[in-house]
Amino acid sequence: MAKMTLEELRKLRENKKIELDKRDTEGKSIHIIIGMGTCGIAAGAKESLDAFLEEIDKHNIDNVTVKQTGCMGLCYVEPTVEVKVPGMPDTIYGNVDGATAREIITEHVLAGKLVDKHIFDRPAKDIVKE
Amino acid sequence: MSTVDIKINGRDITVAAGTSILNAAKLAGCKIPTLCYHSDLEPWAACGICVVKIEGNPRMVRACSTLVSEGQNYITQDPEIHSIRKTVIEMTLADHPQECLTCGRNQTCELQRLSAEYGIREIPFDRNVKRLPLDKSTPSIVLDPSKCIQCGRCAQVCQQLQDVWALEFIGRGEKTRLMPSAGVLLNESPCIKCGQCSAHCPVGAIYEKDETDIMRAAVQDETKHVVVQIAPAVRVALGEAFGMEPGTIVTGQIYAALRRLGADAVFDTNFSADLTIMEEGSEFVERVVNGKGELPQLTSCCPAWTDYMEKYYSDMIPNFSTAKSPMMMQGAITKTYYAENQKIDPKNIYSIAIMPCTAKKFERIRDENMQASGYDDVDLVLTTRELARMIKTAGIDFLNLKEEEADSPIGQYAGAGTIFGVTGGVMEAAVRSAYYLITNEELEDVNITAVRGMEGVKAGVVDIKGTKVKVAVAHGIANVKSVLDEVRAAREAGKEPPYHFIEVMACRGGCIAGGGQPYGTEDDVREKRIAGIYKDDEQSEVRCSHQNPEITQIYKDYLGKPMSDKSHHLLHTHYTPRKVYTK
Amino acid sequence: MAVKNYILVCGGTACESSKATEIFNALAAEAEAQGVIDDIQIVKTGCFGFCEKGPIVKILPEEAFYVEVVPEDAKEIISESIVKGRMVERLLYIDEEDKKKGDFDIEDIKFYQKQVRIVLRNCGFIDPEKIDEYIAREGYVALEKVLFEMNPDGVINELKESGLRGRGGAGFPTWMKWNFTKGVKNDQKYIVCNADEGDPGAYMDRSTLEGDPHSVLEAMTIAGYAVGANMGVIYIRAEYPLAIERLEIAIKQAREYGLLGKDILGSGFDFDFEIRLGAGAFVCGEETALLRSIEGNRGMPTPKPPFPAVEGLWGKPTVINNVETWANIPMIILKGGEWFRGIGTERSSGTKVFALTGKINNSGLVEVPMGTTLREIVFDIGGGITGGKKFKAVQTGGPSGGVLTADFLDTPIDFDELTAVGSMMGSGGMIVMDEDDCMIDVVKFYQEFCVDESCGKCAPCRIGTRKLYDILSKISKGKGTHQDLENMETIGNAMKKAALCGLGQTAPNPILSTMKYFRNEYLEHIDDKVCKAGKCKDLVKFEIDPDKCIGCTVCARKCPVNCISGERKQPHFIDQDQCVKCGECYAACKFGAITKS
Repeated sequence: MAKMTLEELRKLRENKKIELDKRDTEGKSIHIIIGMGTCGIAAGAKESLDAFLEEIDKHNIDNVTVKQTGCMGLCYVEPTVEVKVPGMPDTIYGNVDGATAREIITEHVLAGKLVDKHIFDRPAKDIVKE
Repeated sequence: MSTVDIKINGRDITVAAGTSILNAAKLAGCKIPTLCYHSDLEPWAACGICVVKIEGNPRMVRACSTLVSEGQNYITQDPEIHSIRKTVIEMTLADHPQECLTCGRNQTCELQRLSAEYGIREIPFDRNVKRLPLDKSTPSIVLDPSKCIQCGRCAQVCQQLQDVWALEFIGRGEKTRLMPSAGVLLNESPCIKCGQCSAHCPVGAIYEKDETDIMRAAVQDETKHVVVQIAPAVRVALGEAFGMEPGTIVTGQIYAALRRLGADAVFDTNFSADLTIMEEGSEFVERVVNGKGELPQLTSCCPAWTDYMEKYYSDMIPNFSTAKSPMMMQGAITKTYYAENQKIDPKNIYSIAIMPCTAKKFERIRDENMQASGYDDVDLVLTTRELARMIKTAGIDFLNLKEEEADSPIGQYAGAGTIFGVTGGVMEAAVRSAYYLITNEELEDVNITAVRGMEGVKAGVVDIKGTKVKVAVAHGIANVKSVLDEVRAAREAGKEPPYHFIEVMACRGGCIAGGGQPYGTEDDVREKRIAGIYKDDEQSEVRCSHQNPEITQIYKDYLGKPMSDKSHHLLHTHYTPRKVYTK
Repeated sequence: MAVKNYILVCGGTACESSKATEIFNALAAEAEAQGVIDDIQIVKTGCFGFCEKGPIVKILPEEAFYVEVVPEDAKEIISESIVKGRMVERLLYIDEEDKKKGDFDIEDIKFYQKQVRIVLRNCGFIDPEKIDEYIAREGYVALEKVLFEMNPDGVINELKESGLRGRGGAGFPTWMKWNFTKGVKNDQKYIVCNADEGDPGAYMDRSTLEGDPHSVLEAMTIAGYAVGANMGVIYIRAEYPLAIERLEIAIKQAREYGLLGKDILGSGFDFDFEIRLGAGAFVCGEETALLRSIEGNRGMPTPKPPFPAVEGLWGKPTVINNVETWANIPMIILKGGEWFRGIGTERSSGTKVFALTGKINNSGLVEVPMGTTLREIVFDIGGGITGGKKFKAVQTGGPSGGVLTADFLDTPIDFDELTAVGSMMGSGGMIVMDEDDCMIDVVKFYQEFCVDESCGKCAPCRIGTRKLYDILSKISKGKGTHQDLENMETIGNAMKKAALCGLGQTAPNPILSTMKYFRNEYLEHIDDKVCKAGKCKDLVKFEIDPDKCIGCTVCARKCPVNCISGERKQPHFIDQDQCVKCGECYAACKFGAITKS
């Protein structure tokens, strides 16, 4: 990508903002966001990531984006994963090992049921949000 | 120069901007105690003794490293400051062996003095003295880490003034040691044996290898004819050990004391300094007038510098004067010319040198050229400090000794020989004689002031009847780099060398501030010793080496002429590149 | 079969104790009874952080937020909210200020969340390896604003207005540092990020860099513009490989976008970065030691003045701030200093990130406004003490700080309050201790850390830390004396006054602070030779009560040093000379026959 001008940057920001708000990138409406800070990785976030990908593959689900983010702050329940499914509450799951990851796919994503043993609500209010 | 108005303990004083609190207080007549601070070095701020208060500020600051600022009132003494300093001293003492009675620094130790000044009577804290092995690996210096108080002076002088980096802080916290990097021994390190670490150590953690017992044994040995030479710088410093002012010339007393210590003959290294000028000066004339050899020519009489050059600037070997140092020349002619002259079997001669320098202990055995006579040319080197101890031990009343003369035929010296002891002196002596050697005429004014003084690098042009000789003088090894880099750059660019003749002395101020000189060397002391040296020069009947009658004699009777085969065999050497780390 | 509604019941400790389980069961029973059980899912969640109004029930997707719910409300909640789709008015949360009832967005409710995220605004939201996501969340808007709408003085004024103080420990006003550097004429100036986080238990900076590297890059670039520097150096511990990797990616992406390098966004301003790795010496978090380390020297502090702002890296004027401080900057520029000043207390504006650890239910990273009380952090956000034990103290500021006892639970936490009570903000480690923690043991841990991490340069710190540690060891063995206590004060004070850098000056803080607030505990160890918490092994004695011991031999088999003897079915005996006080026997005995004293 070439260096941007101010206008290009602003345009990019607007486009990305819409994307981020819709959380609907490339027709993928379900988002699984894994906390991949050192704490998460140390607690097994990479395993969970693999489990998510395998399970999604297994069930041939094509509208899910799996992405990483930094530490969510919930160190006592790492690895943490945020799941956003349209029509369902945004949910942060804690202690997500491989088995839980599979459960999240089958229960939460496919069956529309929260995996209640692992729910942790969003811990913080985001004041930046407009 | 801008000034600032401040108060020291409420009293007004105006000092130059940029003055430290420590120095401002000194100007105001207030002594702030220090331990790690040394005026040669940037404030290191480690010991925590010099803390003072700034009125209105709850914190304490270090007087050594904090500069005064306008309008402040500095409190240098109050009960709280006293108690903080006292606690710090007590803590330092708690971890120190406290073997004052058997320590080489007994009565010259700065920690001991501080403890006395603060009236420390007991240490309230548990002792924690670490027993660590001595490093006796070099022939010159001994490291005793058990006594080290980690003040950092040695590493600073080694790195900042000398640019050698033999000593480093190793380890962390209480495991901090001042020793060569990677924990190698000193003789495996870049150490050049200059001994500045030992001269700057406030306690007994680094000291010269004491060899006084060897001299005691030698003078007891009836079969041995013991001859002693004394270096130029010793005569203006030894008196300090007996309470005399720095710079007091005590040459005659030293001769007398040495005889009382059992020397069979007493000579003066200054004689060989004159000899060095004849050789080195002639070599220079060869290079500059006859174009034989590399320019610039570099002086080689400082063994620490030689060692440094072989390690760090071995590409300069062709530029080095092959002339040995005066001490080694003196040793070589003692066991040849003098032995023949006096009809003494050289194997029975025991040759001792009294030097201001610890590196000389190393130079004595640095390679096989140091046995030009077929024997060790110099058998033993003692530093000024060791000689002082010997005189005291022997009960010689040094202050009331009558002056005596050196022995012939290698004891007389010209003023040129004596100034070898100060920075610029070798250059000045060389110019005095080179002028004669090139022009066959005597110099009108033999005082070459351009090369005198404490400036780190002194450069100038000497006009020898139309031959412009560009000279440079550097002292303190760290100052050498810029000069040599100029030379290198010119050489690489294929240009004329920027200088024709460069003098280097490893120690700041020259040999008068050598690593083996009496403790307490700072710039004010250096200045006084330097003044003593120049006074000795001025008082000399003969000022130029080539005019020294004993020099004329030795060439006539023995050596032939400068740079002769015999000279080369006895008075010249060669150099080899050496590894910086040998392990 | 899709679920229509979700009912979330707060399962936090506080709510749990006020009958959350009963409510959960009642809701389930009602749903069954009213025939909607298949349409809903009832789940217990973590703490909502709003415990004073608990128990709390939340209905989704309607976002109905019911407070102070009792099991008897279940019937109404199911019939109204689920069956009829109406709010149960009387249970809805009322905002105290505007007396408005209603289905607030959870995030609008005051006090709902004690946390305010400025520094961690993007952590856990964006993919830190995608610059686009940062940009989408107002990333680099602050830089735009600075480059095209503000002059350097304006930037510094905004910072001054914000009242931002350095988050690395001492709380020096950030704008002043910048202003000093700006005021020095020099061709070369540097911007340095101190990412050498070293306090035991602290990881705020690591998480920030891992989660939102661009915020630091943007901030440093802004500083470069404000003070006239073109080079940023990030000094980060080599032990943070992920943070380093993400920084590298971020720098690369920013360069590609022209947000770094020459002529940023066509503004004519140049700025670029270099990353330097630290080898993990704690002292390298001290700014002068850090600079020496970047220069390739041994990481040892040098005296101040000269301050880095005037004479820093390579002798050039240098602004040095820590990660958290930097992460605040873009928001301050974006929203204005006044906005920032509105958060926190008068003299400490903004938020502080804490790494909450120790005997606490919800350990983690929390970001709260300055002035939040310890009680709120420990009990509301942290969910209280593990195992329902009694709160004893909180250690703040790591090896440089002190303890805050239960008496200070309602002290608003900011720079000055903490200093006033003998602790310090430090970089943000917060370790919660309960009644099982021995203060001498805790302090000994910190002192040992300081002994190891002292750089060894200055005598007060090098010797003092060791002396203090030795005395603590003596006390923990029951060999301490009252003279030792005096000596610790003497040494501690000398270190505070005469140590060269912050590490040494603050190293005695944990001791001095505990000696003040837990003097009795010291005296118990010294006079009574007792460690009530049972942490000081030398003072603990395990004995077998012969009346209770049935001779099952379990203890003898568990003992790692074989110092328990006795015949089967006969009372056993512990050889006190051999015992290593590991406590294995105590834990193994099923009959309560082993006593610990």
